[in-house]
Amino acid sequence: MGHLIPPSIMPFVLPVLYAVVIVAVLPLLAGYIVLMERKVMADMQARLGPMRVGPHGLLQPIADAVKLLLKEDIIPDKADRLMFWFAPLVSVTMALLAYSALAIGPAFQIADLNIGLLFILAISSLGIYGIVLGGWASNSHYSLLGALRSAAQLVSYETAAGLGLISVLLLAGSLSMKDIVQAQLDQGVWFGFSVPFGFFIYLVGSIAETNRAPFDLPEAESELVAGYMTEYSGFRWSLYFLAEYANMIIVAGIATTLFLGGWLRPGARYHEHIPGTGIEWLDALPALLTLGVALYSLKLAPTQPVKIQKIVMVLVAVLCLGVACVLAGALFAPPAVMQGIHGAFWFMAKVFAYIYAFLWIRFTFPRYRFDQLMRLGWRFLIPLALVNVIGVGVAIVLRQQFAWGPIVSLIPTTLATLGVAMLLAKDDAPVAEAQTAAGE
Amino acid sequence: MQTLNQALFIFFAVLAVASAILMVTRRNIVHGAVFLITTLLSTAGIFLLLQAEFLFIVQVILYVGGIMVLFVFVIMLVNLDVSMRQVQFNRQWFVAGALALVLAGQFLFAIWVGRGALRLPAMASEISPKNTEAVADALFSHYMLPFEIASILLLVAMIGAVVMAKRRAG
Repeated sequence: MGHLIPPSIMPFVLPVLYAVVIVAVLPLLAGYIVLMERKVMADMQARLGPMRVGPHGLLQPIADAVKLLLKEDIIPDKADRLMFWFAPLVSVTMALLAYSALAIGPAFQIADLNIGLLFILAISSLGIYGIVLGGWASNSHYSLLGALRSAAQLVSYETAAGLGLISVLLLAGSLSMKDIVQAQLDQGVWFGFSVPFGFFIYLVGSIAETNRAPFDLPEAESELVAGYMTEYSGFRWSLYFLAEYANMIIVAGIATTLFLGGWLRPGARYHEHIPGTGIEWLDALPALLTLGVALYSLKLAPTQPVKIQKIVMVLVAVLCLGVACVLAGALFAPPAVMQGIHGAFWFMAKVFAYIYAFLWIRFTFPRYRFDQLMRLGWRFLIPLALVNVIGVGVAIVLRQQFAWGPIVSLIPTTLATLGVAMLLAKDDAPVAEAQTAAGE
Repeated sequence: MQTLNQALFIFFAVLAVASAILMVTRRNIVHGAVFLITTLLSTAGIFLLLQAEFLFIVQVILYVGGIMVLFVFVIMLVNLDVSMRQVQFNRQWFVAGALALVLAGQFLFAIWVGRGALRLPAMASEISPKNTEAVADALFSHYMLPFEIASILLLVAMIGAVVMAKRRAG
């Protein structure tokens, strides 16, 4: 195939292919995250969740998508028509654009920018215009209030989350996603373990930035109907929805790359081989895991009530078996191919673990009140993040001057930040009580 | 490659100027804000064409992603119906216009006088992997004093804003 493509456009072929794959797969992925959300919620509330469309609701996302596309598209009479049309596009375009710098495994990345992280942060922060302009263009009080809340919330928590990320940048010394992962391999520790407070601050900040519960005030249904999305329906509404879930994957991807070792497998520096082969023990793990899922769904198939559901369940098993075969086959492929495939597996596994944490938090915490949200951001997270950044700076000096190890040098920082966190929480408690009592 | 760069430059330049003009002429201030965002983004695009990727990203993060969000936030609190009926340009527009003409004349004159000697440094042929480091290096060594003065100025403004807000509240 190489001779068919002129050499001048050769470097663009793979990135374009990746971009097409991402744009094509993402809506499906978002749909299945919604299903995952409903299933996890049902599990935590001791219900079954969607069960009717496909076995265990596995085809529910497709049914939902068809329903959304067939819905009537309504534009309010006094809306700003152009802006109303334009706003969801901004949200979804910016969410998709941010993927171009995300490294899903060492091979699967559209562009390895040396400002990669800044690019993702910048582009994904532009998605706010979709929300703000959409809320304004709807010409409805609920929408406008949702948009205003969203803008205030984003500006507040972006600062805290950005400061949380800076602690990692200091340790990695680079903004390129690949170099950050490489730095974690070199230092032998995922940054989430060496700077736990940076991770915590980013976790909270990223929930607020993606407008997820308990910080989903821009769309708080008990107060604002649906916030900025109140007047939207059908396809436009689903664009907002897609953008929200795409942003969730983006922040999960950033957290994975910066704090959870990116595409590195657990124990990346442990190289014990299976006797008699060149395969490492831990590299067999992905194939075994997917094989387990395949066997489990095969076991579930006969228990399905309807014949068609049995067939779909077997198809799922076959799909998982195929993935397992690819993962196992990759073990015998050249190292670059193997690391590309397994890297993508580990990256996606970590992204989904992070999203699971999002859902867990969503169904565990009640929604914050707006003043509580602001207080948490400005009076707790930002001072804590500043202390953390200074502490990481001190740790780097300790490492350089006294040759302390990458983990040991950060222990004093973590302890100091913990102390400050407790002080801040203690200091804030009387104020919070007084404000609640005053009915603010 | 050269023609592609030219085409992109013309695209961004026209977009920047056109949206700047639209920004001041629109009656609806939210539309004005959107055109200002477009101007800022096209300027960022020109930075990127000049291989200054750090400046590009700072322009996007700070101006488009930060300052303009606050602008839009404030604009939305304004009563649009009232502002739509207000006079868009005040009575001194011809003074401003005359000043702008004088300024344009000065620029043209300067370019005309220096047309032989005016040589811009050659454009970097590709993005240097150390672009961010180079900016940091210049800021923290060569331009240390101006940098610190600017940050103190910002700090003073910030404290001033907090003091004013506190006084009004209590």
